[in-house]
Amino acid sequence: MRGLADIYSTLFRTDLAVQFQYRAAMVIWLIGRIVDTLVFLSVWTAVARSQGGQVGDFTSGDFAAYYIIMMMMGHLTFTWFMFEFEYRVRSGAFSPLLLQPLHPIHRDIATNISYKFLTLAVMLPTVGLMIWIFDPVFDPPAWAIWAAIPVVLLAFLMRFFVEWALALVALWTTRTAAANQLYFAASLFFSGQMAPLSLLPEWLQTLAALLPFRWMLAFPTELLLGRLTPTEVLWGAAAQVMWLGLSWGILGAVWSRGIRRYSAVGS
Amino acid sequence: MNYLRLLWIFLRIGAMNELAYQANFWVQLLQSLLNLGVALAGLAVIFSHTEELGGWQPAELVALLGVFFLMSGLIGALIQPSMQRFMEDIRLGTLDFTLTKPEDAQVLVSIGEVRIWKFLDVVQGMALIAVALVEIGMRTGLAHAAGFALTLAAGAAIVYSFWLVLATTAFWFIRAENILVIFQAVYSAGKYPVAIYPRWLKLAMTFLVPVAFAVTVPSEALVGRLSPAVLGGALAMAGGMLVGARAFWLWGVRHYSGASA
Repeated sequence: MRGLADIYSTLFRTDLAVQFQYRAAMVIWLIGRIVDTLVFLSVWTAVARSQGGQVGDFTSGDFAAYYIIMMMMGHLTFTWFMFEFEYRVRSGAFSPLLLQPLHPIHRDIATNISYKFLTLAVMLPTVGLMIWIFDPVFDPPAWAIWAAIPVVLLAFLMRFFVEWALALVALWTTRTAAANQLYFAASLFFSGQMAPLSLLPEWLQTLAALLPFRWMLAFPTELLLGRLTPTEVLWGAAAQVMWLGLSWGILGAVWSRGIRRYSAVGS
Repeated sequence: MNYLRLLWIFLRIGAMNELAYQANFWVQLLQSLLNLGVALAGLAVIFSHTEELGGWQPAELVALLGVFFLMSGLIGALIQPSMQRFMEDIRLGTLDFTLTKPEDAQVLVSIGEVRIWKFLDVVQGMALIAVALVEIGMRTGLAHAAGFALTLAAGAAIVYSFWLVLATTAFWFIRAENILVIFQAVYSAGKYPVAIYPRWLKLAMTFLVPVAFAVTVPSEALVGRLSPAVLGGALAMAGGMLVGARAFWLWGVRHYSGASA
């Protein structure tokens, strides 16, 4: 354990130094997330306005709070490895990572966390600005804020493992662009980004409970809005643990077979 | 006329290049259909809670979506690949080969690379427009069609000039690709009419990144709610930006120091 802690502290230090050099590029990549949030928030604000101020159980202020929190959840939990793996396989960039006496997932976890840590310097002021512009209604009970700490951590871990396990598909197929797009299309609706899940038709809500996406984004967001009961939170956390365990298991089962398939196309 | 012939040659080269990778066609078809499905499902969710969005009826928004895909197809097939190649040529110094050719370098750079499969988005956009027009039940007169054609051409010219100006900054910054990420992000907001956005964002989408002229204005012309003032504004903006982009390009080329730099 001591060894792994040393490794992580070194990885964090080098990653932070490397990424700090690309400050401008890092900030630019955040703009997509911010624009997406503005788009959905504007759409639902317009809908609420045309419906006399309320849609389902959401007022304009609720929508503002929902999407601002969702933007933060998206930022804290997202990964880019489903795209990165195609590049790694096609260019052969995966080879040096495999040669190291360390499972590549550790390096990816460190990179992901350092990126988010650095970009918080932009995300936090953005959140402040959006609170000022959009006037969100945010009044959760204190226990929900405390419960959000483990729930957000679980959301990060489960999303990381689900997407890292899915990214391994690239070892077999090499081309993953279309499959990734399908994944993100499903995520758009089932994670509550397109609309809060309570505004979707009943059957989509049922499906959302069975898929992993809801537990990555909508669940922590609804918790922080104070819309969940303690029982619902426990069930949600159980679903998160289940998906984390499942993807961990799959990862362990296919990893060694996957790297035997890996052929370093570009080298 | 000569430039049309050049464009035709580059289109043919692009087609021959890509015909070698026919699997790309199916991947692109899948991706285009997926984008379409996501956009339509999104509209279905929105319109299950309201009858209009920012003053637009469902069928009118389908028309807007059609224009959005049509314009994305044009950008993805012609403008973006050519400009990316242009920036790469600056970085590698291979722009020398373009500059020494006996044709206007701006023209050569602007049609330098074609991705023909992206035209699937154009086809998809036109199909959506046709469906929407039937649904709206509009009688399309000559003036109506002319208004759409003019605003669409103006929109394309404005987007082209915008990309050319950004790409030309690569003469100084070398790595300007990241700036184009901003365009992609803001352009995706054009899937909905700009009227729904807060004032400051509306202004940014009109003058900073010209999504309003590229998508919303042609769509307004399409569904018959274009005012002469907006038409005039779009044409003036297109003319101004074409001239401005040309001037900026000429200035930029003088800063190019060639392959050995």
